[in-house]
Amino acid sequence: MAGNEELLACVIARLVADAHHVAVGAASPIPATACELLRAKGHPLRVTRLHKRKGNPFTEGSRELFDLAGQGRIDYFFLGGAQIDGEANINLVRAEGRRFPGSFGSALMYFTCRTILFREEHSRRVLVPKVEFISAPGWSAPEVRRPGGPVALLTGKALFAWQKEKRRFRLESVHPGHTVDEVRESTGFMFDVERAGETPAPTSEELALLRSTVASEIAADYPEFAARVWR
Amino acid sequence: MPVDTLVDHIPDGAFIALPPDYSLPAMEAVRALIRAKRKNLRLLGVPVLGLSADLLIGAGCVAEVHSSAVSLGEAGLAPRFSEAVERGEIKVVDYTCPAVHTALQATEKGVPFMPLRGVIGSDLTRDRSDWQIAQNPFATGKDPILLISALVPDVALFHARWGDEAGNVWVGRRRELATIAHAARNTYVTVEELRPGDMLEDELLAPGVISSTYISGVARAERGAWPLGVADVYGIDDAHLTAYAAAAKTREGFQRYLDEHVWQATKNSLPA
Repeated sequence: MAGNEELLACVIARLVADAHHVAVGAASPIPATACELLRAKGHPLRVTRLHKRKGNPFTEGSRELFDLAGQGRIDYFFLGGAQIDGEANINLVRAEGRRFPGSFGSALMYFTCRTILFREEHSRRVLVPKVEFISAPGWSAPEVRRPGGPVALLTGKALFAWQKEKRRFRLESVHPGHTVDEVRESTGFMFDVERAGETPAPTSEELALLRSTVASEIAADYPEFAARVWR
Repeated sequence: MPVDTLVDHIPDGAFIALPPDYSLPAMEAVRALIRAKRKNLRLLGVPVLGLSADLLIGAGCVAEVHSSAVSLGEAGLAPRFSEAVERGEIKVVDYTCPAVHTALQATEKGVPFMPLRGVIGSDLTRDRSDWQIAQNPFATGKDPILLISALVPDVALFHARWGDEAGNVWVGRRRELATIAHAARNTYVTVEELRPGDMLEDELLAPGVISSTYISGVARAERGAWPLGVADVYGIDDAHLTAYAAAAKTREGFQRYLDEHVWQATKNSLPA
């Protein structure tokens, strides 16, 4: 039986399977797990972990990430949000009177990298009709240069695909143990549903890799996460 | 010079550029600023801030925060920052990381502004007289791009692995600190160790050096980044950050933290 973290990592691995270079932020053990899974499967993927304490790839300081992204040298990035709305706008600044840390690099990264929106909490508090503050917009006018943008929204309950032309999410699949009705009930914005199936469970090959090679690789940078998931 | 003398050069109201927790923060100097009861500081996070800002805000030293984020990273939200903003006690100017770097790189080059991709359509661009969206003059079709005014900090303050007799400091791969030093009017640095000679004469050390051209003052502060780290010397004290994040949830807990780790002698920063 796969854990939820393992399921989510396998979904992300499928979403970014065509990548050559993925950057992963500090608080992103599940995306990092997905990337290590792809590497364990033999994909020649470069994974840049931004806050790697030993052997960090950057020698020009943190600005090097944004220079790489600005040039189009990073294929995929992951962003979350205190709030995410149905037009894929994200808010990392303030919601319901509460102050959150801030927008970080989202206002550039969302424009330059294909972006997986990832937030485990799936609730009307997070998935709102309209964000209170746009840290980074989900779409841009055609004259605005934007090689990147949203690809999908993954939560603890479901996977949505972003429909760029319609500026609207479409429910792709619902994770085992959850239902379309439950997803509707806990989502604050409208979305399309066409043929949403069940999110495929990890294969036995994936689980074997996750619990051996990947687990030991991830433990170096995310010790608490690895201990919790693979103890 | 002692750290308390170094911070005498940083006046009330200064616009002061600080690195994030992972990039050599001058924590002993931050504690010295609190002991000196500095007021109305305007902090610039390059490009984000953490414990240094939360301590200064909680201690009442700060009027404004200009940053892409303030967070304790794995230890969670920065509690004194969040509460001060929610109560309207400090002004926040929200950035996105590359905009901070771009604004300082413009100053470094002595040009009035630099363009940056992205950002258009973000609420970050609202009410900003120092950012403007313009047409790319070299494009044949429509191509709006964000222009960011050069930003000149009064002071840059950070920690370094070494200082030398020639007045240079060594920050290794943390080259964003060089950009801050190049852009600020005055740069004050605490150093882990002083070494003889001139590091610029050593080809292996020179690429990690910030030349004395940019440095206004250096003070020795052993374990001066604690509870944050200096690569290969001491790591981040994760347990301390977790304990701080819990203590600073209330004003009382924060005051107790200050009593123990800031107002008391600096011996608390030395290893037991």
